[in-house]
Amino acid sequence: MLLIKNGRVIDPSSKTDAGLDVFLDGEKIKEVAPAGKVAAPPGTEVFDATGLIVAPGFIDLHVHLREPGQESSETIETGTRAAARGGFTAVCCMPNTKPVNDNASVTRFILDRAKAGGSVRVWPIGAASVGSKGEAIAEIAGMKEAGIVAVSDDGKPIATAKLARQVMDYCRSLDLPVMEHSEDVSLAAGAVMREGVTSTRLGLRGMPAAAESVCVARDVQLAELSGARLHVAHLSAKASLEQVRWAKSRGLRVSCEVTPHHFTLIDEDVQYDSKFKMNPPLAARDDREALLAGLADGTVDAIATDHAPHEPALKDVEFDRAPFGILGLETALALALEQLVQSGRLSLMRMVELFTAGPARVLSMERKIATGQPGDLTIFSVNHSWTYHVKESPSKSRNSPFDGRAFKGGSVATVVAGRIVHKQ
Amino acid sequence: MSTKFRDLLALEPLTADELGFLLDQSKPFQEIQKHPLKKLATLRGKTVALAFFETSTRTRISFGAAASRLGADTMNLQAEASSLKKGETLLDTVFNLNAMKPDCLVMRHAASGAPNYVARHLDIPVVNAGDGTHEHPSQGLLDALTIRDRLGTIKNLNVTILGDILHSRVARSNIHLLGKFGCKFTLCGPAMWVPRELEKIAPGTPIRCVYRIEEALEGADVIMMLRVQTERLNDPPLSADDYILLYQLNAERLRRASPKAIVLHPGPINRGIEITPEVADGPQSCVLEQVTNGVAVRMAILYLLISGATETDTHPALQMKSKESANASD
Repeated sequence: MLLIKNGRVIDPSSKTDAGLDVFLDGEKIKEVAPAGKVAAPPGTEVFDATGLIVAPGFIDLHVHLREPGQESSETIETGTRAAARGGFTAVCCMPNTKPVNDNASVTRFILDRAKAGGSVRVWPIGAASVGSKGEAIAEIAGMKEAGIVAVSDDGKPIATAKLARQVMDYCRSLDLPVMEHSEDVSLAAGAVMREGVTSTRLGLRGMPAAAESVCVARDVQLAELSGARLHVAHLSAKASLEQVRWAKSRGLRVSCEVTPHHFTLIDEDVQYDSKFKMNPPLAARDDREALLAGLADGTVDAIATDHAPHEPALKDVEFDRAPFGILGLETALALALEQLVQSGRLSLMRMVELFTAGPARVLSMERKIATGQPGDLTIFSVNHSWTYHVKESPSKSRNSPFDGRAFKGGSVATVVAGRIVHKQ
Repeated sequence: MSTKFRDLLALEPLTADELGFLLDQSKPFQEIQKHPLKKLATLRGKTVALAFFETSTRTRISFGAAASRLGADTMNLQAEASSLKKGETLLDTVFNLNAMKPDCLVMRHAASGAPNYVARHLDIPVVNAGDGTHEHPSQGLLDALTIRDRLGTIKNLNVTILGDILHSRVARSNIHLLGKFGCKFTLCGPAMWVPRELEKIAPGTPIRCVYRIEEALEGADVIMMLRVQTERLNDPPLSADDYILLYQLNAERLRRASPKAIVLHPGPINRGIEITPEVADGPQSCVLEQVTNGVAVRMAILYLLISGATETDTHPALQMKSKESANASD
């Protein structure tokens, strides 16, 4: 039994913003009542949330936990510890492991490992095609039975329009969202950053914004054709956002996510340092402006980290040779507070929605603080000063461009299934 | 001014004063190239590591000659002979070289920014001898020296660069150097190689991209050719005949430039492709002077970086040489 008292509860699903106590019993929320009104039995653990925000548990739709197969970069244990530190109570792990999560036995392995050593909930995403090779459709029904929440060939798009259409048709019948890493691989071939003045100045090969947006255009039209639920992963370009806006205006079941690094940094920030290398790459200044507008106006459904650990031996090399991807779990909330809320662009309510109700809707779930709901809560502060030191991260990797950055506000405690899994 | 260069990674961050200082420091070394005995003892006992992770002939030989004429020893690493193919990381390779205690690392690498990355991890000076499609600082300096010798100045010139600008580290270094002396640039070549973004890579320097060679050559004081790399002709597929038709520098086209215009080429030349033999060997061509000046510039670079010299404490032997040459011209 756990009582979170004196906190400010912000719950976008019911538009609640009030001083409430939350009482958890077992794995669920038992009671939500005005401060001091819960009659908790003796022996209840009490967490004093005075001055803190109590929100529904944050969901990250997009992480790479690297297990099985690349345990030197991350494991389910270390990745979920990083998630708990960052305030996430559930993470959706992409299937590009070794082997690829393209069948039920890999899905079950991931879930077993999560149960044994995971700090937060792990919701696997299955591959759309066998080995994510873009040839045959993976055993999606079997994986769904084992527990996947979506399919994706993340790291690359579903290889052909024809297969993407077939996967969407199939997933519509299975009621699973298709998460697309939208990229025209021919336009992006060999590129290591976004094409523009900075790539031209640095002499680094760039991919144009169109490398993403032409594939988003393909995918939203296939979503219309198939009627499937399409979720555009790590959307970075203004033109892509316009495609999603168009799809939403037509009533299509299309959603999208944006990463904290894309709403914080731009291509002009890139240096010859592989911690600035990710895919999609940091975009142009006006792309970032468009993303910020989309986060505010509802076009963007979720903030997702694309947490992509790579051990130093892989990442600490020449920019051209380094793999794409950066850490994200521990800095997402603080960057959202800094870039979205403290800048005055979004309300705290809207920001919380992008971490809770928004991603939950993508997965056709609910996320709210109410009696009978799962006991998952994210407790955070909007004003405590702290500095992110990547060397203190529980992640096995160190590839963050935000190492040493000072923040105001961030995660304070994370509650999963009625238990505090992280406390600052 | 007490300029002190720790590394020479790029010309972009250097000021006009610093660039002018480097060029002035090259002057006495230019004189040495004319002497029958070219070897100094300035860097005796010092070692220069030459690490070429990408094939190079003239730049490697030029840096080697520069080191040896300063009295330094060299150690050579060539990509094909290195352990990179055995899976060693660049940093491990460089740390191993560094453990042999060289006083300076000269490196060429196919990845843009690789010297910057290496320099962050080393406490000896690093000289960029060409990185990917980023910069080639010593080439930029030797080109400026050549222009100054021929035209008397590097200020406020109209400079036209022809060819694959997008993939050229030589073009970038030249733009960043000459741009700081008021030069205006016209870049010309097939549109895939001359993207409009190039006009903004050096804020403050007027750069325009044009796609007709006749327009590009009009009134040019300096024409810089870039080697058309056969591998580039293949991606994107472009016919050599088409390139010749549109962009080859021939005598007739050259007449559109200023009568005193000079033609530079970093080599190696593809005769009959980007330039006709008539122009390459003609009186306006400076190709071989560039090569000679390359050794002088690289001597100045190595001298300044290894001795840590500043403008106020130039090596006495050099001051003497400098004076001699000044007297000679009096």
